[in-house]
Amino acid sequence: MALIGAFVLQLLQMLLVLTLAPGLVGLVRKVKARLLRRRGPAILQPYRDFARLLRKETVLADNASWLFRVAPYLIFAAIWVAAALTPTFATGLLFSWSGDIIAIIALLGSARFFLALAGMDIGTSFGGLGSSREMMIASLAEPAMLMIVFSLALIAGSTALSTMAEYMASPEVGLRVSLGLALIALVIVALAENARIPVDNPATHLELTMVHEAMVLEYSGRHLALIELAAALKLLLYISLIGCLFLPVGLASANAGVAALLWGLVAYFVKLGIGGALLGLFEVSIAKMRVFRVPQFLGAALILGLLATLLRFVSASF
Amino acid sequence: MYLELALAGITGFLVIALAGAALSRRREATPIVYGASLLLSLLVLAATLSDLLLRAAPASIVLPLGLPWIGAHFRLDALAAFFLIVVSLGGATSSLYALGYGRHEEVPHRVLPFYPLFLAAMTLVVLADDAFSFLLCWEVMSLSSWALVMAHHREADNTRAGYVYLVMASFGTLALLLAFGLLAGPEGIYGFAQIRTASHGPAMAALVLCLALLGAGSKAGLVPLHVWLPLAHPAAPSHVSGLMSGVMTKVAVYAFIRIVFDLLNAPSWWASMIVLALAAATALLGVLYALMQHDLKRLLAYHTVENIGIIFIGLGLALGFRAASMNGAAALALIAALFHVFNHSLFKSLLFFGSGAVLTATGQRDMEKLGGLIHKMPLACFAFLVGCVAISALPPLNGFVSEWLTFQAILLSPALPQWGLKILIPGVGAVLALSAALAAACFVKAFGVTFLGRARSNAVTQAGEADRWSLAAMFTLAALCLLAGILPGFVIDALTPLAQALVGGRMPPQAHIAWLAIVPVSESRSSYDGLLVFLFIAVSAVLTASAIHRLASRRLRRGPAWDCGFPVPSPMAQYSATSFAQPIRRVFGTVFFAARERVVMSPPGDLRAASLAVSLRDLIWDEVYAPIARGISFAADQLNGLQFLTIRRYLSIVFVLLVILLLVLALWL
Repeated sequence: MALIGAFVLQLLQMLLVLTLAPGLVGLVRKVKARLLRRRGPAILQPYRDFARLLRKETVLADNASWLFRVAPYLIFAAIWVAAALTPTFATGLLFSWSGDIIAIIALLGSARFFLALAGMDIGTSFGGLGSSREMMIASLAEPAMLMIVFSLALIAGSTALSTMAEYMASPEVGLRVSLGLALIALVIVALAENARIPVDNPATHLELTMVHEAMVLEYSGRHLALIELAAALKLLLYISLIGCLFLPVGLASANAGVAALLWGLVAYFVKLGIGGALLGLFEVSIAKMRVFRVPQFLGAALILGLLATLLRFVSASF
Repeated sequence: MYLELALAGITGFLVIALAGAALSRRREATPIVYGASLLLSLLVLAATLSDLLLRAAPASIVLPLGLPWIGAHFRLDALAAFFLIVVSLGGATSSLYALGYGRHEEVPHRVLPFYPLFLAAMTLVVLADDAFSFLLCWEVMSLSSWALVMAHHREADNTRAGYVYLVMASFGTLALLLAFGLLAGPEGIYGFAQIRTASHGPAMAALVLCLALLGAGSKAGLVPLHVWLPLAHPAAPSHVSGLMSGVMTKVAVYAFIRIVFDLLNAPSWWASMIVLALAAATALLGVLYALMQHDLKRLLAYHTVENIGIIFIGLGLALGFRAASMNGAAALALIAALFHVFNHSLFKSLLFFGSGAVLTATGQRDMEKLGGLIHKMPLACFAFLVGCVAISALPPLNGFVSEWLTFQAILLSPALPQWGLKILIPGVGAVLALSAALAAACFVKAFGVTFLGRARSNAVTQAGEADRWSLAAMFTLAALCLLAGILPGFVIDALTPLAQALVGGRMPPQAHIAWLAIVPVSESRSSYDGLLVFLFIAVSAVLTASAIHRLASRRLRRGPAWDCGFPVPSPMAQYSATSFAQPIRRVFGTVFFAARERVVMSPPGDLRAASLAVSLRDLIWDEVYAPIARGISFAADQLNGLQFLTIRRYLSIVFVLLVILLLVLALWL
């Protein structure tokens, strides 16, 4: 009986992230529009876009290979699994131990690998441009992320996200220098990984600085719908990750009662709202960077993460 | 019993080598040699696999060969058994591959005699139990692989590759000879059993470790001794490239482990700093070099350098932990390194086989002339893709597991007492993370430019699928990559007695953990379940696909590429290998390769095409090897004057030297 309950909870989380992800994108767009004194599309617009894309026919380029058609499903599945392993409203779900935070990052890496390959499949210059720049950005963002993970894992004494989140929620944590450094670095990495301003611009298409949009340029119909949904899921994943590590308020334990779980759910909604609003605010208040300034931006995250880890190696009290 | 079986296999290899030499100009020699090699490799594989899995006690034998009255000692223990599995698995798959690939060989008489000899020598190095047999087999291994590198000696650059390889191999053997000389001590013991029981002072241990690092490192490809590797590995026929990169570098790793972990008693902790620093430099430089290449086989060879770096990071960590008596952590680091040895032998062979299939189909190794091969050779392309995902350390395949274990070992290192290691290891961790991310970029480039996009030359349009033997070998390796990735617990359990013997610690047993997860230290600390992750991805991808196909519109139309409305018909407008690497070249290349880009724009009104010239320098070659080469030729030029003297002058030189020598002797005594 307990097993069934745990299974239902895990399934609930998988469906929850899937349903909330487009709403989060809608929220960020709405906040940005309101800050620019526009009305903006409704928060539900991404759901409508998704439904519309599903109804449309799919146009494939003449020389698209099987990889191009399989990639959206693989990308979506890898990111979905990664999002399902990240604690949202509760820790210690049934399968949460099957991948730790390093595995989650690597799963996102797998998704990126196939997305970059799909960008090169048609043989257009824009696709190659997007893939090439994406891999350059990832080659700095991924080590930065791993360094952040190292520092946090050394604080919590574990790389299992549930254990880390539980430790972060406990009063033992306190204020630490390395935590502050890791938070700044994590925000930088999250911006880069989700192709947000100042690294990339999710709102433009015909611009030479684009990265993510250039890779998916040839996708249409149901394939595009899946890729957009996967991108939304990834944004949700990063906000959940920052939420569960740095704002673990209200995070329920999986075997807690219904009340605690409901409270965790409410807290999660609030966290997503805050995260989305802050992201919107940040995006309207900063300009897009030139591509070749991005390495410096991400290099800062890498060095901050390394510094945080080094501090933990030097003394357990930092 | 297993040792005798392995030795019988080696005898078989030597017989086939002779048969290959006798028959080599006959048409049927190719299937005979490769078929027999395949069977014998499988025999050795079965023997050693059962030895390792049944945890047989170490067996040794003295054969009346080699030096008279002394004989040659051979021994099969857990370490040797593990490396023999790597060697014979590599030998079996490359023989299987060569059954198809070897038919396209233009000069079989230059390959067939040396191929079984090479396999026999690698097997014997791993089995050798005295310094003399070890060095002898090591030299046979070097020379037979050199002969294979020189098989196509008429092609441009191959003679240079062979020359550089020969010099570096001699240097490596010299370093190993000195290491064994030191280990022999004043009593002149040369059997491994006696060396093991002798005691070594800390200074001598450090010296032996450095010599082993030079000797084994020059064969494995540690920076800055890697220079021969990207020249020689691609020059050989592809199945031999796979063996050299996937297996022979591992035999070098074996030599290092045997000397440093088994024969020496515990070197001091700062020795691990040397290993870690060199390993980190190797990992980063190897992948950066690989990213700058546009020759597919050379890219793969440079990437071997990176993986050797990762393996040595694990070994360095194990040394550090062992010096601090953290035996459990040492076992974890050592198992991570050995797991990567196994993984790399699988996917690097697979990738070289794939590059061989491309070479056979198109006659091209240059990626700038390939592209779109996914349409021409879908099966070979799929196997190559599996290899690319595995080598990029992406879950759920095997490369990720060994890197994950290495990361877990790094996370245990704050407990080390020494400050030097505490400062160094976070940096090593960052370099490891950086090189893993760059590896993914490297293989997006390798796969994307070679197999995806549009054909860049006519060579591609005539290409066809690889033959069945080659495909069988590639799919065997791809399946093993997947199996080792989703069932890593069994590999770890098989390696545990080995780690127990070498560092005295062990990892918790893995096979009984629910859902076949792996737990390196304790459940609350970290766990990873490759099987579940694989199942989750597969199930959710299938569920999504079926849901989408049920709910969404199933209409599909083929049309011209969109490309933002400006499609360029010429395939040369695609991203090429060089342009793909351009952002990374700009970020890292200016430091590591002194990369310069020069754009020449013609003035307005002038219709000449603009041009872009990229210059890269190999700083290690220019700054380390070139001065040595210049010094040697300078000395040779100076000595040249001595060649044409009169007899009177020669006699006076002899006389003066004799006097000096006698004076020195008189002062000495």
